[in-house]
Amino acid sequence: MTTALSSRVARFPFPFATDSYRYSTNVEPARRPVTTAAGGWGAGVLDVDDDYAAELAERRAVLAADPTRCQELPHMRVASWDALTTLLPELADTLPGTTSLDRVGDRWTWRNDRLGTARTFTVGDDDSLPEGPLAFLGSQIQDDVVLLDQREGALWADAGLVTFAADWSMGFDVGMRFLEVHGPVPRVHEAGVVQRAEQFLMRLQPGEEYRRTNWTMTVDRRLDTSTETYADWGRDRRLVVDDPALPDRLHLRVEVQHLIRLGVSNAVCFLVRTHVLSLRELATVPEWRQRFAAVLAELPDDMADYKGLTRFRGAAVDWLTSR
Amino acid sequence: MTATLPARTAARTGVLVLAVAAVADDVPGIRTLTLRRSEGGPLPAYPAGSHLVMDCGDRRNAYSLTGDGSPAEEYRVSVLLCPDGDGGSAFVHRLAVGDVVTASRPRSAFAPVSTARHHLLVAGGIGITPMLSHARAAVRWKRSFELLYGHRPGAGAHLDELRDLCGDRLAAYGSTPEMLAAVRAALADRPLGTHVYVCGPAPLIAFVEETAAELGWPAERVHAERFSAADLDPGEPFTARLARSGTRVPVPSGTSLLSALEEAGVAVPNLCRQGVCGECRVPVRSGRPLHRDLYLSEAERAAGDAVMCCVSRSVDDELELDL
Repeated sequence: MTTALSSRVARFPFPFATDSYRYSTNVEPARRPVTTAAGGWGAGVLDVDDDYAAELAERRAVLAADPTRCQELPHMRVASWDALTTLLPELADTLPGTTSLDRVGDRWTWRNDRLGTARTFTVGDDDSLPEGPLAFLGSQIQDDVVLLDQREGALWADAGLVTFAADWSMGFDVGMRFLEVHGPVPRVHEAGVVQRAEQFLMRLQPGEEYRRTNWTMTVDRRLDTSTETYADWGRDRRLVVDDPALPDRLHLRVEVQHLIRLGVSNAVCFLVRTHVLSLRELATVPEWRQRFAAVLAELPDDMADYKGLTRFRGAAVDWLTSR
Repeated sequence: MTATLPARTAARTGVLVLAVAAVADDVPGIRTLTLRRSEGGPLPAYPAGSHLVMDCGDRRNAYSLTGDGSPAEEYRVSVLLCPDGDGGSAFVHRLAVGDVVTASRPRSAFAPVSTARHHLLVAGGIGITPMLSHARAAVRWKRSFELLYGHRPGAGAHLDELRDLCGDRLAAYGSTPEMLAAVRAALADRPLGTHVYVCGPAPLIAFVEETAAELGWPAERVHAERFSAADLDPGEPFTARLARSGTRVPVPSGTSLLSALEEAGVAVPNLCRQGVCGECRVPVRSGRPLHRDLYLSEAERAAGDAVMCCVSRSVDDELELDL
């Protein structure tokens, strides 16, 4: 337990560089290692950690209960194959000892001992991968995946496999323009942040890879906080306030988002890898405890409200500053 | 609320070092190069219709890649010798097996639209090169397409492989009137939802654009790739005033703003010099830019606060730049 816990802290992508937070198009090139007060992260695009098998089992369960978490408009099949054939080699490089990928032309054989997966398929042949390339990809990487099609001078969220959404819904958003998907986010429209982000993404050239972080807070280590299951988790945000277990139940939830221009299909692949760390774990790093308390205390009300922090943020700041 | 976008120079100018693996002159005046990494290994994937910007002696030229875009160890380009050109094609025609060239990573500016019901490809002369890429990708991904190819008798580059690849989806014409009649007939009766793509001499592109407009095609379903900025007219002379130094740089007819700035000792980052890549964007303080690039969005053109100096000029006699 101690090793798992400290490893989780050491790899955590703590996102705050200053004592206040505002939205920005905070993109940077991928694959640049970041050193944190506790360790580091970010050397690769995929990050496989000790929770790998457990999170993929959770994804299977979420999908079994609600297949609409995987969406693909018909014109996105090439992009789904492209995402799979881009990211499986990446995963093979990330897990050299426990996976293998053998390619003979379009005939690919994938073995993943961490999950007990062994599959052979033919790239582009839908019959060879009956669940579809996007669903298969989602069974092998912890990231949620959204594929954006580019046409008519805009990006469209036309496919995705999202089981760990932070209060949004792939089933609701599928087919929407990038600007529409971000409609509910406060402040970013006046500032032109979303438009600039879309322009930036539309100009990504084949193979270019960028990343950014985003954050919110979640009660318990619950990855599935999608809009569909709000009834299951929404009230915990109120109940946790008076729970003596608050520092163990409240988590800082950080998304490491990668933005990759897929080469063959020209789609933009948006990967969301969710990391959660309880306040108690976070407080084991003094710099993080002080900084997160400052950020939470300073955050404007509309942003706190949009992120769903309003009920408990006072209690969280109190706990973080009382130590 | 600032949007910090990263400087993308490193990723965007990532250079490929390529060795000439084969040279073929199947059609007089047209040389096909097969290029491989000097050190071997896979090359980046690309969407159909992409190009490389190759260093050709003292200048850079954009050449369409003719493959289907799937990851492979070879790139192919076909280059027409232009005796009156500025030397890029002559450089290519002097290359021999074993020579090493440097080039950009693939850049996409002419990708197929994924939602199209049918792809109508129209090529004139050496404009066949991006269309060969489109046709290959369409075959691989089972897209509905047809190719109309006008060429000089006996000078049809890639004709044999196109016949094998396309079968009865290829119609080749050795006479311009027949070609134009076929293009008009196709534009008149292809199903709604068809997208047309054209590459070739400026008159062919103009014919497709004008005929499509006349027949009621929405502009967003008509896609053109021009050979190069050489097709642009020389333009009216104007003066660039550099706001920071107060320097006045005359830009004669036939000289690009970029060249004039360089001759005046002003270094401007640049790559393709054809209005495609976006590297040479220069901020404008006053005066109305005459936009001739393929990079800026309509909104950015309307804003009038930046100009792609490799191809664009000035409406007014004087253009004030923030340099």
